Amino acid sequence: MRSKDYPAIGERVYTETLENGLRVLVVPKPGYKKAFALFATDYGGADRRFRLAGEWRDTPAGVAHFLEHKMFDMKDGRDALSVLSENGASPNAFTSSDMTAYHFSSTDGFWDNLDTLLRFVSEPYFTEKSVEKEQGIIGQEIRMTEDEPDSVQYYGLLKLLYAENPIRDSVAGTVESIAEITTQTLYDCHKVFYNPSNMVLCVAGDVEPERVAEAAVRLLPTRYGEKPERDYGNDKGLRPFKKRTSVTMPVGLPMFLAGVRAPKAEGEALLRQSVTAELALKVLMGASSPLYLSLYEKGLVNAGFSAEFDNAAGVSHCLFGGETASPDAVLDAIREELSRVAASGCDEKLLERVKRASLGASLRGLDSLEAICVGMARGVFRGYDAFAEIPLAALTSADEVNAFIAESLRPENMAVHMIEKGA
Amino acid sequence: MQAFLRKEIMPRVFLTCVKSDKFKSGVYTAELVTALRRGEASLNAVLPKILRRGTVSASDMDAVAERLDMLYGARLEPLVRKIGERQLVGLAAFFADDAFVPEKSLLERVIALTGEMLVAPATSGGRLRADYVESERDKLIDEIHSVVNERQQYADMQLLAHMCEGEAYAVPVRGTEAEAAKITVFTATKRYRELLSSAEVELFYCGSAPFERVERASAEALASLPRASSAPLPPTQVLTEPKRGDTRTFTETLEVAQGKLSIGYRLGDAMLAPNYPALAVMNAVFGGCVTSKLFRNVREKLSLCYYASSRIDKHKGVMLVSSGIEPANYEKAVAAITGQLEAVRSGDFTDQELESAKKALINAYRSCDDSLYALESWYVDNARLGLNWTPDDMAAFVSLVTKKDVTDACRGVKADAIYFLKGGDAVEE
Repeated sequence: MRSKDYPAIGERVYTETLENGLRVLVVPKPGYKKAFALFATDYGGADRRFRLAGEWRDTPAGVAHFLEHKMFDMKDGRDALSVLSENGASPNAFTSSDMTAYHFSSTDGFWDNLDTLLRFVSEPYFTEKSVEKEQGIIGQEIRMTEDEPDSVQYYGLLKLLYAENPIRDSVAGTVESIAEITTQTLYDCHKVFYNPSNMVLCVAGDVEPERVAEAAVRLLPTRYGEKPERDYGNDKGLRPFKKRTSVTMPVGLPMFLAGVRAPKAEGEALLRQSVTAELALKVLMGASSPLYLSLYEKGLVNAGFSAEFDNAAGVSHCLFGGETASPDAVLDAIREELSRVAASGCDEKLLERVKRASLGASLRGLDSLEAICVGMARGVFRGYDAFAEIPLAALTSADEVNAFIAESLRPENMAVHMIEKGA
Repeated sequence: MQAFLRKEIMPRVFLTCVKSDKFKSGVYTAELVTALRRGEASLNAVLPKILRRGTVSASDMDAVAERLDMLYGARLEPLVRKIGERQLVGLAAFFADDAFVPEKSLLERVIALTGEMLVAPATSGGRLRADYVESERDKLIDEIHSVVNERQQYADMQLLAHMCEGEAYAVPVRGTEAEAAKITVFTATKRYRELLSSAEVELFYCGSAPFERVERASAEALASLPRASSAPLPPTQVLTEPKRGDTRTFTETLEVAQGKLSIGYRLGDAMLAPNYPALAVMNAVFGGCVTSKLFRNVREKLSLCYYASSRIDKHKGVMLVSSGIEPANYEKAVAAITGQLEAVRSGDFTDQELESAKKALINAYRSCDDSLYALESWYVDNARLGLNWTPDDMAAFVSLVTKKDVTDACRGVKADAIYFLKGGDAVEE
């Protein structure tokens, strides 16, 4: 395996691309009792339309997530969740818009657990009965998220920002869409997206890197599969599809989530975009910004107010929002600040401060094996080196931040989703 | 095994340190320990929020934010928690390790700022600043309102409010809106002074620095902490039987799609001389892990829910089951959960179920040493019971738990109250 050192943050990463195309990354963490393994595919809720044997194929919303649940069923009738747990591991999985990841951590029996992880994720086994049973469980998961204000806000806003990109629909799908899923749908999607060449294996812990790669070579198919081509629709420009909507739900306080689309970026350019966007949002409305401090002092926002940059399924956007009794007053203040900074440039002293602060936040992230592995996997799928992000903030100039604000945070491109307070 | 040291560094000021070289950041918490009480909980809860607004040397949020940015993005947050019938209020700091930033006394500066917030807040005319008090009071009220946003958490809170009516445990960690609305600059200042001088102070650090360095910095930061003698806090009241003998049910309606079920149990005679490892295993077998009775049966076999889990408060002797279900399945879910508890009680579980539960717990306890957050809550929580076990000790004790220990721990468990938050028009029944 090749290794690369990151002396400033005291980390080393071992990497190898196997013959079957699987990317393997190992981050040694001396002194840790547990080791964490994440086996992920570049396949998420937004990957609904893809080309299979030359033909475009549409699948219902929620297949990637459904598959995540069903992969735990093993051929011998046992389920991988129990097998891993019975061997001392803490297993779990998640599906986002553009990734499905299976993972475990264990303080004991790591290598056996790693074998189990590699096996169950690469060997599909579905029955009609088990698919039907899962429709009940996932149905309740969907009902749960329908009641969660944050989830309602998030998908509500993405539906405003994008007319076509399937990122606008809930990763889990709907009770109706998952009713269309059959064992065949699951087998087909597994075949297309669970090729080793479309996957990454990431381990962090006090483990021998070579042994991780060896396990993958020993247990995974040797065939190199093609990376599937996907269609995310054609949302052009930076204008939102729609500007504003509101729903009523039982919540403590009214809430809003606003968003602005940023230009499409890939690989290293995406990494730079992400670092620049995070700095821009901190300068504009982060905990040290004059806007946030003034809104907080006026009682217009509380400590839950947040702003972040996000990228998935080929699109990038900034999202910001929180709880407030006066959403329009807050939105006006945000629009005014965006225009002001776009015209006069950001406060460079403040920028230097938030750049300095970002180092501490990055270091904290290195104390979470889970965060390291998820970040690494995401980096591989999007074409950049996740650890390269950390020194990047210090190298970002005020000009880059100002350019991002002027182009990607225009008040006229903002869409807003509101939750009004119901009984 | 990671060593820890605990020492009374000033009268009733306890510092616990876990030294570890593997982290790139550190944690430092400073908390005032007081009795959870109706009428006082909101007042206590608002204090760290007021203190976070400004100190004598960084008098407003702007100055505090700048200070934190210069400390390489240290986070310093108000902390309010409930452990049994104790309320702990204070501050939690998360910051980079000195080894990875140019600044070599970051730890001292973080501890100094934390201490200053605690003992030397911004004042006006000898009182806490009225604008900060009023602003944070209003935000506390907002927070109290917003508990309903987290549907299951809200259901669990409502369950405890009903089930433990008249006990301190019923009091929500932030108190109530009515209590919070009464907060004034006078009551806040008075309570702040009382608490600062009378409360036991719990300090915790985990990171690469040796104990002496943290002790020195803490003693310096808290040099002006007033220390008055005070009566010991009343112990957490443990009821070994349901309050009214049998199980009470409570229902509330909120416009939600999914019903939230919360069932509260008294652990019974097992709390007379608690065998904590056995209680932990009993909970894991019943509903605390993915091989548990609740997960395997209520979710996997019956498909009734996405989650059904149990947890124990070892201080209070209470167990809680939480699950999100279709409102129409209420009876079915309650019957299934009750049936699974009976199975644990009667020893109707396999050796494999027992071993799996133990392994899940052992892995979780051993993993504590890899997380600053887990270590902090482990030590602060156990200090309330005078337990000085490390997470590894607990893992070792768990490995010795037998089937009989589990059925013994479960023998006296009785359902005291069932709370159901169901969908529909919002009317309290």
